[in-house]
Amino acid sequence: MPDDIRPDTDVPVLEIEDLRLSYYTRAGEIPAVMDFSLKVNAGESVGLVGESGCGKSTVANGIMRYMGKNGGIVGGTIKFKGRDMAEMSDEEVRRLRGAEIAMIYQEPMAALNPSMTIADQLTEVLTEHEGIGRQEAAERAAEMLDAVHIPDPRRLMDSYPHQISGGQQQRVVIAMALLSRPSLLLLDEPTTALDVTVEAGIVELIAELSEKTGASLLYISHNLGLMLEVCDRICVMYSGEVVEQGSIDSIFSWPKHPYTHGLFGCIPLPHADKNARPLAAIRGQLPLPHQRPKGCYFGPRCDFFVQEKCGQQQIPMEEVTTDNDPVHRVRCARWNEVDTSTAMIAGEAREPAPVGEVVLEVDNMKKYYEVKDSSFGAMLSGQSMRYVKANETINFRARRSETIGIVGESGCGKSTFAKVLMGLETATDGEVRLNHVNIGAIPVRSRTADQLSSLQMVFQNPNDTLNPSHTIGGQIGRVIKHFGIEKDPAKIHERVMNLLDTVKLPRAFAERKPRQLSGGQKQRVGIARAFAGNPSTVIADEPISALDVSVAAAVTELLMDIQREHETTLLFISHDLSAVRYLADRIVVMYLGQIMERGTTDEVFAPPYHPYTEALLSAVPIADPEIEKRRIVLEGNLPSVLDPPAGCPFCTRCPRVLGDICENERPPVQIDGEGHAIACHIPLDELRQVEPVLKVPNELEKKRSLMLKQARAKKAAAEAAAAEAAAASARARAAAAEAALADELVADADAAIKQDQT
Amino acid sequence: MAEQTETLDMPVRENSLQRWLKAIALLRESPVGMVGGGIVVFFILISIFAPLISPYDPNANLVPFVTPFSTVDDKFFLFGTDQLGRDILSRLIWGGQRVLFYATAATLSAYAVGIVMGLAAGYSKGWVDEAISFVANVILSFPVMVLYVLIIATLGASGLNIIFAVVFASSPGIMRIVRGLTLDISTREYIAAAQTRGESAWFIMMVEILPNARGPLIVDFCLRMGYTTITIGALGFLGLGLPPPDPDWGGMITEARAFVMGGFPHMAIIPACAVSLLVLGFNLLADGLREVSLKD
Amino acid sequence: MLRLIARRFGLMMLIMFVVTLLLFLANEADPLRVARSVLGPYAQPEQLDLWIQQNGYDRSLAIRYLDWIGRLLVGDLGQSVIYKRPVGEIFWTRLANTGILAGITFVIMVLLALVLGVLAGMAEGSPRDRFISVLSIATTSVPEYASAVILMAIFVFWLGWLPGTSSMMAGFSWIEMVLPVSVLVLYGFGYIARMTRASMAEVMTTHYIRTAVLKGLPYKHIILKHALRNALIAPFTVIMLQINWLLSGVVVTEYAFGYKGFGALLLEAALRRDIYVIEACGVAAVFVAVFTQTLGDLGYTYLNPRIRFK
Repeated sequence: MPDDIRPDTDVPVLEIEDLRLSYYTRAGEIPAVMDFSLKVNAGESVGLVGESGCGKSTVANGIMRYMGKNGGIVGGTIKFKGRDMAEMSDEEVRRLRGAEIAMIYQEPMAALNPSMTIADQLTEVLTEHEGIGRQEAAERAAEMLDAVHIPDPRRLMDSYPHQISGGQQQRVVIAMALLSRPSLLLLDEPTTALDVTVEAGIVELIAELSEKTGASLLYISHNLGLMLEVCDRICVMYSGEVVEQGSIDSIFSWPKHPYTHGLFGCIPLPHADKNARPLAAIRGQLPLPHQRPKGCYFGPRCDFFVQEKCGQQQIPMEEVTTDNDPVHRVRCARWNEVDTSTAMIAGEAREPAPVGEVVLEVDNMKKYYEVKDSSFGAMLSGQSMRYVKANETINFRARRSETIGIVGESGCGKSTFAKVLMGLETATDGEVRLNHVNIGAIPVRSRTADQLSSLQMVFQNPNDTLNPSHTIGGQIGRVIKHFGIEKDPAKIHERVMNLLDTVKLPRAFAERKPRQLSGGQKQRVGIARAFAGNPSTVIADEPISALDVSVAAAVTELLMDIQREHETTLLFISHDLSAVRYLADRIVVMYLGQIMERGTTDEVFAPPYHPYTEALLSAVPIADPEIEKRRIVLEGNLPSVLDPPAGCPFCTRCPRVLGDICENERPPVQIDGEGHAIACHIPLDELRQVEPVLKVPNELEKKRSLMLKQARAKKAAAEAAAAEAAAASARARAAAAEAALADELVADADAAIKQDQT
Repeated sequence: MAEQTETLDMPVRENSLQRWLKAIALLRESPVGMVGGGIVVFFILISIFAPLISPYDPNANLVPFVTPFSTVDDKFFLFGTDQLGRDILSRLIWGGQRVLFYATAATLSAYAVGIVMGLAAGYSKGWVDEAISFVANVILSFPVMVLYVLIIATLGASGLNIIFAVVFASSPGIMRIVRGLTLDISTREYIAAAQTRGESAWFIMMVEILPNARGPLIVDFCLRMGYTTITIGALGFLGLGLPPPDPDWGGMITEARAFVMGGFPHMAIIPACAVSLLVLGFNLLADGLREVSLKD
Repeated sequence: MLRLIARRFGLMMLIMFVVTLLLFLANEADPLRVARSVLGPYAQPEQLDLWIQQNGYDRSLAIRYLDWIGRLLVGDLGQSVIYKRPVGEIFWTRLANTGILAGITFVIMVLLALVLGVLAGMAEGSPRDRFISVLSIATTSVPEYASAVILMAIFVFWLGWLPGTSSMMAGFSWIEMVLPVSVLVLYGFGYIARMTRASMAEVMTTHYIRTAVLKGLPYKHIILKHALRNALIAPFTVIMLQINWLLSGVVVTEYAFGYKGFGALLLEAALRRDIYVIEACGVAAVFVAVFTQTLGDLGYTYLNPRIRFK
């Protein structure tokens, strides 16, 4: 460690003041981050949260002084352990990187060099920064891999990155960052690319390691729930500025900025309900960097916007004085006038839609893929053909106006299932009956126009869902024309306009090309296209997973409004358990191509659980400090679909595994009540004994707890004030005494003078 | 809703002229591309107006061995004349027209074949793909010039045969590019959307896939125009080109080669520079287009 | 890996089979035409018939093809019509000459291209990059026959430094190699350089290079250990493909400088319909091209650990 950097606990590890970062483009300077101040003390973990494009990653790059050719630090200072980084030479900064400040990245696969072994990539950190020999470095690297809980580190070190799973890759990246014991770790969305059960393991590891090593963390994420699990303090960013910062408690309990407050309204927390308490989306969208409004950047989307106060000049950060959080600051001109903290916000309540007749029935549907195994061994044993069981015995039915949530992690077969329904693949066995006609074996090209139009799909990726070469109107119109709903061009045009109205897009968008639209708008067009043919059933394959929270909420609400209006059956496929819980009436939980559990939403979210559902529930981060969660972290990785366990697919990771029976025998499907099915060897009675994973306080408890917190905070504030007052009065008394003393002295002096005179 | 008022000043659909102007405006971002485009346009204009600007009949025998920038018998020869007394400038102009015509015709034909094959191979996959790809592999395993020499020597040198040879030799390359693009675009969700509403394969290939492949294809088209120009010149140089006496740049070079050492290098150098300049134009234009399309 | 090699070589054999068949059909499908090209345009019908019988051209096409392949495999390439000698006697020396020309060119071209490409790609958008990019576009725009006459005018006519032909009448001469090699290098290096540049530039923007930078590694170390290894995988295939292109350029260049190589032989044979020479040259050209492509594919697989350890 260089001598001039003292591990002095008094000096903050990182101190940023009035930082301004900009990018230079053809259009000129574009400020990416403005007026950013932050202090990170030793051992502290600070979160940086915001939607995409808010500048949070730019901050990390700025700290690392890695802004690319077209970016730079325009103003302000970054001090690392008291030293101004602007005064350091490139060589000094280089020696800090990887040694004193280390970074962990979003996509571990991309962050590792594909043509170097793990060992080479790890040891070079040590040989470079500490100048130790290869042998010793390899020794330490192996120890570090052990510390990040990688089994058999020595074997892994000879591997190339593509040979290990995503979760392990991220552990390697973490090990690489921690090798030379940095004092500051920057984590840029470190779990976003991972499956939720793998994410839970990584989050736990990060928490454990920061505890052990004492490194300070700057944790960047879009996920407020994760912040709650990892951080002490958080900064909420919006359009390049911090709009609010404070301790976890104050931000989650009484957010002062309307944006922060709005974000909570967009997250499908467990007590949100699609009928009684729908999400309240933030209207509009993030302004582009060169189109930021005057005054408050959030102004155009804010319900509390007042032109004179908010629309005139830059809004400064102000300290929130109403609570006892000395670090709670907010960038809102009206924070003290507007009451944002009381009840959780929610949209308007609606009547639940009545559920109709059965529209879609799936009976013992199977989808196997043939994979040619052309290894010599397989050829010799004559088993050159293997089957990938993408879907194994899928059963469920869906009724009119009903929403079925299909939830699972990557490789669980949910997308294959969608393909079979749509006819892009045909079922290997079993039946898929749509309106009582078996379509499971009919490929899309052989389906009748009626079958096609009654089953449509909303896709995942907004940038991929629309053809970039054609106009929006043309693409929606094509569906109408193709399904023969209207023939006359004028009528088609009229219908396109009506559909745009339905998805709340301006009619002028009909003439636009997809690249002129934002992600949320494209997804709306995708919805309009799916509903253009009046389908009876719509499959939505991860329709909101690529969108930011505030936009996703709006798209979710829109989707459900249209569904309600058209009485459509909606199959909502998602990896996001929170979203599924929020909008599904019934849920199907899948793992490695099989249904683990299915039932109504309430049944699935309460015991008896399938052990996988139980773990999944626990893994999902929840942005509500009032909710208590039982922690279950799964060991290991998702097995490959190519080589699933013979018995229960979940047996390799199951914390409740019974023994050989799980490994060798297919679990029976146990029925609990009317439609609640669990595929597990553990008897239902035993599963019923399991404690709930989440303890969701009811409304009253929640209010009480909030009031208690507030009262506690008020009391603390009052005590502080009282203490201050007491101190003040003490000071006053002292002053009075001093004054009295002075008086006395004066009197004495007077007397003395008088005496002298006499 | 405030946004609804936008309907009133809804933009009119761009006509094709406006789109071209827009494309040119985009190209302005790349100086290299502008230079290339300028060179290509220069040659195209010269070819179109060849009858007007060519000072003499390209095949007329005037005064032999005149050096550039000289006036003989009141006739000014900017680039001099060749061994038969033909005006090099006029031959250059008419030769340019011929080269551009055949290069364009051959490249466009090769594209027509290559696009159809590539779409079929990339979209249908399976045995169609394997069959088409194998044929392409066989053709591409010949060194190109060997293939040209074999084809032209067998069929004889004529404009049509040159077009045929170019189509034969370069459509497999185009097919590979189109196939790759098709494979990539086929995975997009909008293709799945088209499939799930039961569109025909033909519609999907032509309307959903092809328009999205146009960016890389336009760049490749420019490069191939340059390469076809080189090929036509090379065939002329080897004596397998467009039949004489009409001028052809490659033929001009090969005829004049013997006189380089005889003190008249201009006769060979001028057409050599003309070919190089035109090819440079195409290559720079392609580079500029690529740069602009990446920026977008 | 072993399986892959076997598969690639299998494909290679298949292509060679189809190519030889095509060459055979194009040249020998019609016995009468063969006889006429051997005996000349003035041969009488009886003479032609006699020749056909004597040389076994009255047998079926399949038998003749197999017979021809068999003789090719043992090195019997037939009799040249122009030279009135066995093709083998001329062919191998010509091929060796071309090998020397192409070999020297290849080494210089690849080294030059890789160095320039890496230098340009390391600093994308810099003046150095722009200069190298424009230079390589410019040289690639000058075809061999154009640069041949331009260089000849400069170095032979005006400066008088170099000989104008490379026929090597008095044995091998380095100085006669200078112009043909320059012409080929000038035209050929730009393509590889641009591919290398693109690959290098792409690698420099990857996340793993960012990781390397933010690990605090020195710049030199990043380029040599992290970037080059990945950046050179893609150009490797291009370089192997370039051998195919080089064979094309060789035809033009040999003709331009009177170099006695296989390209000039092929051209001469094609123009004068010397069918056995055409066949020999065609098979050789395709064999070299396909063989190097196969090596290129295998090498790519070997260099890329993502495929190697699958």
